[in-house]
Amino acid sequence: MENFTYARADSPEAAIRAAADGAVFAAGTTELVNWMRLGIVAPPALTDISGLDLAAIALADDGATLTVGALATLNAVGTAPPVRTHAPALAEAALKAASPQLRNRATLGGNVLQRTRCPYFRAEAAGEGRMPWPCNKRVAGSGCVAREAPFDRAALFGWTDDCVATQPSDPVVALAALDAVARVQGPDGIREVAMRDFHLDQQEGGAATETRLAPGEMILGYRIPVDAAARGSAYLKVRERESYEYAMVSAAVCLDHADGTIRALRIALGSVAQKPWRLPQTEAALAGAALDEETVQAAMDAALRDARPLPGQGWKPRLAANAATRAVMMAGGIVR
Amino acid sequence: MTTRPHDHPGEAMPATRFVLNGTDRAVTHEARVTLLDLLRERLGATGTKKGCAEGACGACTVLLDGERVNACMVLAAAVHGREVTTVEGLAAADGTLHAVQRAFVEQDALQCGYCTPGQVVSAVACIREGHAGSEVEIAEWMSGNLCRCAAYPQIVAAVQQAAAELGTPQGGASGAVQSTAPAARA
Repeated sequence: MENFTYARADSPEAAIRAAADGAVFAAGTTELVNWMRLGIVAPPALTDISGLDLAAIALADDGATLTVGALATLNAVGTAPPVRTHAPALAEAALKAASPQLRNRATLGGNVLQRTRCPYFRAEAAGEGRMPWPCNKRVAGSGCVAREAPFDRAALFGWTDDCVATQPSDPVVALAALDAVARVQGPDGIREVAMRDFHLDQQEGGAATETRLAPGEMILGYRIPVDAAARGSAYLKVRERESYEYAMVSAAVCLDHADGTIRALRIALGSVAQKPWRLPQTEAALAGAALDEETVQAAMDAALRDARPLPGQGWKPRLAANAATRAVMMAGGIVR
Repeated sequence: MTTRPHDHPGEAMPATRFVLNGTDRAVTHEARVTLLDLLRERLGATGTKKGCAEGACGACTVLLDGERVNACMVLAAAVHGREVTTVEGLAAADGTLHAVQRAFVEQDALQCGYCTPGQVVSAVACIREGHAGSEVEIAEWMSGNLCRCAAYPQIVAAVQQAAAELGTPQGGASGAVQSTAPAARA
C-alpha cells in the first residue's frame, strides 16, 4: 500500500474541497483499506469524514419518512427500532451483511459504494502492468476473464462482454425496494438520487462507471418513504453458508396486502446485476393478485425469463425466482 | 481548486494519541499504518493476531471505545483520541483471567490458539451486546471469527458459560448495540 496524507474533515464542505484536490472520503474504511492493499486505488490523500454529524436515524414527526445518515453503521441500522419497525427489510439486510465486527465500522454510506466481489477484479496487483489477468474495471480495454472463467457469481441482467460483475451489497437491495432516495453533496450543492437508479449496469455505464455519483460527491444520508408496504417489507439472502457470506442471490420485497390479496408490491433482486434489479412489470402484474405461492411463483418465473445466465449458471434464474417468491411469502407472514 | 487556509492539511506522518488498555500512548507513524500493525509492530501488543489482513478472519478483533472491530481494517490515525482494548487488557492487574478467558480454558475452546485472542475479545463484546442468548445466536454473532481448527462447538460452549457467569445485559438480542466503557474486568 502506498502512503498517503490523512486529515479529518470538520464539515462536508471541507471534505468535498479536499476531494476536489484528489482526496478520497474515508469513514469505516472496511472497503477502502482493502482497495488500497490490492492496488485498486492509490489515493494521494484521505479525508476522514467519520467525525461528521451524519449518523442519525430518525422517523419524521408525521411518520411518513425515515431518515438514515450515511455514517450510521450497519449494526446501528440493523438494530435501530425505527428501522426495524418501518423498514424491516433494511434492518435485516444490514444485519445479514458482513460480520459483527465489520458492521461496527461499515457505514450505510460506504456500503452502497462497495465494489464487486469478482475475484478477478480483486487481484492483488499494484499498477496496471502487474495485473495477472484481464479485467476491464482494473485496466480499461484489457478484457474480462470472468466472462470465460468457471466463475458462478456473474450477473444475470445488464451485463456486457466487457464485464459480468454484480454489486454485492445487501442494504442496497432493500434501499431500492423501499424507493429510498440518497441525499448527495458535491461542489455544486446538494441533490437527490433515487436508489433504484443510483447504480448503473454495464449496459448503462460500461465496465468502469458503477454509480451516478459524480467525482467529489459524498452521500449525506437516505430518505425512506414509509408506507404500509415498507412496514411490511422483508429481505431474503440465499448463500452457501448460513452466516458471514455474500449472497448467491437475494430479494427485498415491500408488500401491502389485505384479505389474501396483494395491494401493492415492490421487488428488488440482489447479486444478479451491477445494480439492485427491480421488477416493475412483475410488481404491476401482481398488484391485485392473490397472495398465494402459486400465483407469485408463476409471476417470478416469468420475470426471470429475461435473465441471461452465463454457461454453467442456468441454476441462478430459478434460484432468484424462488428467492423472490419466498421473500413475498415472508413479507406476507405466510412463511418465515 | 486550492485548499482553503482553514482546512486542515493532511499528514503523511500523523501523530496519534490514544488509550491502549488503560494507558495513554502516543505514536507518530505513516498514515497508511493500520491499527493492527501499530499494535504489533510499534507497541509490542502482539496478543492481537494478524490472520488474513483483509477483514475476513477476525483474528485481529479488538474493542474500539468498547465495540469490537477488525484492527486490520482500521487506520491507526483513526483511533486518535479513542480507547482501544486488546486481549492483553482483559485480565485483572493481578493476572486473574477474565471470565471469558477462563471459560475458553475450561471448555477447551481452542486447538492451535491462533484465532483465540480474537475469539476471546469478540466473545466479550458478543456477551455485552446481549447476543449470547442461545447456541444459534452465539454462532451467528461470533461468525466474524473463523477457527480453522474448527473448535466451534467448544467456543460456543465457552461463550455460553461466560455469559451465564457475567449475566445478559438488559435489552437482549433485539436491543441496540451499545458503545460502552472498555472491557469490564473479572
